[in-house]
Amino acid sequence: MGISRRQFLGWLGAAAGTSAVLGEKTEAASNKVFKGYPGSFGVLHDTTRCIGCRKCEEACNRVNELPLPKIPFEDLAVLNTKRRTQSDAYTVVNRFINNGNMQPVFVKSQCNHCLEPACASACFVKALKKVSTGAVVYDSSLCVGCRYCMIACPFNIPAYEYNNPLTPRVMKCTMCHPLIEKGLLPGCVEACPKEALTFGPREKLLKEAWQRIEKYSDRYLDHIYGEHEMGGTGWVYLSGRPFADIGMRDDLGIQPASSYTSGPLAAVPVVVGLWPVLLTGIYAISKRKDKISEEERIEAVSRTKANANEEMKAKLAALKDTMTKEKEAAINLEVKRALEDAAKKIKAEQPESAKDESVNISGEEK
Amino acid sequence: MSQETAYANKSIFTPFNIIASIIIIAGLIVTVLRFTKGLGTVTNLDNNNPWGIWIGFDLLCGVALAAGGYVTSAACYIFGLKRYHSAVRPAILTAFLGYALVVLALHYDVGRPWRLPYPVFISQGTTSLLFEVGLCVFLYLSVLFIEYSPAALEWLGLKKIRNLIVRLTLVLTIFGVILSTLHQSSLGALFMIAPSKLHPLWYSNYLTVYFFISSMFSGLSMVIFEGSLAHRYFHNKMDETHLKESKDVALGFGKAASFIMMGYVGVKLIGISIDNNWHYLTTGWGAWYLLELIGFAAIPSFMYAIAVREKNLRLVRWAALISVIGVVLNRFNVSLVAFNWQLTSAERYFPSWSEIVISLFVVTIGLVVYRFIVTRMPILHEHPDYQHDN
Repeated sequence: MGISRRQFLGWLGAAAGTSAVLGEKTEAASNKVFKGYPGSFGVLHDTTRCIGCRKCEEACNRVNELPLPKIPFEDLAVLNTKRRTQSDAYTVVNRFINNGNMQPVFVKSQCNHCLEPACASACFVKALKKVSTGAVVYDSSLCVGCRYCMIACPFNIPAYEYNNPLTPRVMKCTMCHPLIEKGLLPGCVEACPKEALTFGPREKLLKEAWQRIEKYSDRYLDHIYGEHEMGGTGWVYLSGRPFADIGMRDDLGIQPASSYTSGPLAAVPVVVGLWPVLLTGIYAISKRKDKISEEERIEAVSRTKANANEEMKAKLAALKDTMTKEKEAAINLEVKRALEDAAKKIKAEQPESAKDESVNISGEEK
Repeated sequence: MSQETAYANKSIFTPFNIIASIIIIAGLIVTVLRFTKGLGTVTNLDNNNPWGIWIGFDLLCGVALAAGGYVTSAACYIFGLKRYHSAVRPAILTAFLGYALVVLALHYDVGRPWRLPYPVFISQGTTSLLFEVGLCVFLYLSVLFIEYSPAALEWLGLKKIRNLIVRLTLVLTIFGVILSTLHQSSLGALFMIAPSKLHPLWYSNYLTVYFFISSMFSGLSMVIFEGSLAHRYFHNKMDETHLKESKDVALGFGKAASFIMMGYVGVKLIGISIDNNWHYLTTGWGAWYLLELIGFAAIPSFMYAIAVREKNLRLVRWAALISVIGVVLNRFNVSLVAFNWQLTSAERYFPSWSEIVISLFVVTIGLVVYRFIVTRMPILHEHPDYQHDN
């Protein structure tokens, strides 16, 4: 099975086509820096102001038309256990009591609407998208339900409708994207009685947050959580306690999630480009090696054959020579004997006849 | 003819058949529950642990253990090791069944299985490694189907189309190696997006390389392991060539596996050095990691080496079994054990009975189909009409 030039060019074309189709990935894997859509919105959560009243949870439930929970929102006993977002609760408030410390700290958690969301980067059908308002939105008409977004999210936010057998959705805060588009505030921000939540363009929120830190340096840590975490998040947080103590991971780093997968994605064109050439080359080499060894074998065989032939010929010739010699000798001997016999006969029958006659008779005898 | 008498004498209630039917019935019951009550009823999955053994075992292990297809066909057709030719068909068959079952299992795991073609045909999320995995698995399953089909076509007596497909062998093999390289490595890369969730000993920038290299010796070991099982149960289906070559296959593949596993252990050590994760080795996680790396990679590698030197077929087979378990252990560690390692034990995942039943169900279907095919089609022997082909 040799490779014709046409076949080879065909494969090259196929490889080039594949690279062209997958080209988007290389671009996605490049070192571009994305600082968020200009003017995109976010929310500043000042945990020092939060009193854990759960009004935001209630508003969220109402605005997003989620099923009412069994325990009413007024019941603050739920704060005794740590909770996470669920498919029917886009936001939850948790209370953190540090031993011996004066006051509990309340922290609201919901989707942080990352500038470069891990979930959107992980989604293999683009069901999750970062839109220009700053919200990360979900399209259930595309979702396959693989839950890779939940694996990818560093904040463990997306939840899944596990009890829906055929049309389960991934559920998470939308930053009230429909309301924002109408020029309204997100439900939770609107409902907060203590202004622990401030909605606005992210750049402005960061300035505001830094101002608060500078003004009340004893009240706040010198850090805005979400300014750089995971490449920056739409929701940003202020706290007076180390963030690790209030249930927020401080080891996430400042790179967006997509930067962790850009390496492997960049390897795709390399493999797609290199492998066909390399493997065809290996095939050609092994094929050629086989061919050469076969040729060498044939040559060796024919050489041995030729040598053997010559030897045989020489032997045959020698044999022939001796054979002919022996044969001649035998013939001569026979002739001689016959002549002698004939001569004896003639002598016995016609002792007086002439020499000429005897020659004639001996010639006719046979 | 001996086959027919064997069939006639044998009762249908063999131990294999009884166990297989129990598992299949249990699997069908869970299937009904899955598609009527949802994942919440049949699995222990939750919002913190969205992936369980249907991904960790059925997908990750299934794909890794089906790597024998690309490894064997590459050895035979690309690297020209023709003496392994009789191993190609069984390897391609198990790879094809393996991938088909991976896709079957995914139907249970994903929310809307009928949308599985979406990433390929409807909306391409090209920034996702899962997209790459999905596309490659889809294409590779098609390639494996074509690569397997000559056996079925010979059985059905469709000569023309069979000869046409056999002519595609080299192209399909190269295509298969490219696709396997991509998705075997990308299965590891899936977890690279979550450095905050996977334990540092298992998280590495080399995760793709680890998965790809381990898929190679996983494939080699599976070919040896399956070969030993096939010898026990389908010996009468093997022709002279197969029987003559099988020892050579086991020893040759064992030798290759030994080298690759040494390389694997080496690359793993480089990975630890680069991230300077040595101090983790003294923790409990470190002990578990060393068990995986030494007990289930370095030791079987040595076993292979000794077995090959002494031409000890039994030891090769044991090494293969331990290597296979090692690969399963590695995939479990990356996707389940060391994933979400920072959660409290109450928040961690452990599979439910129904999840295990479905995983067994899928494997059992594989065995039943495998048996159906090798007892009928020219897999372990050559079809008399095509003996001097390819």
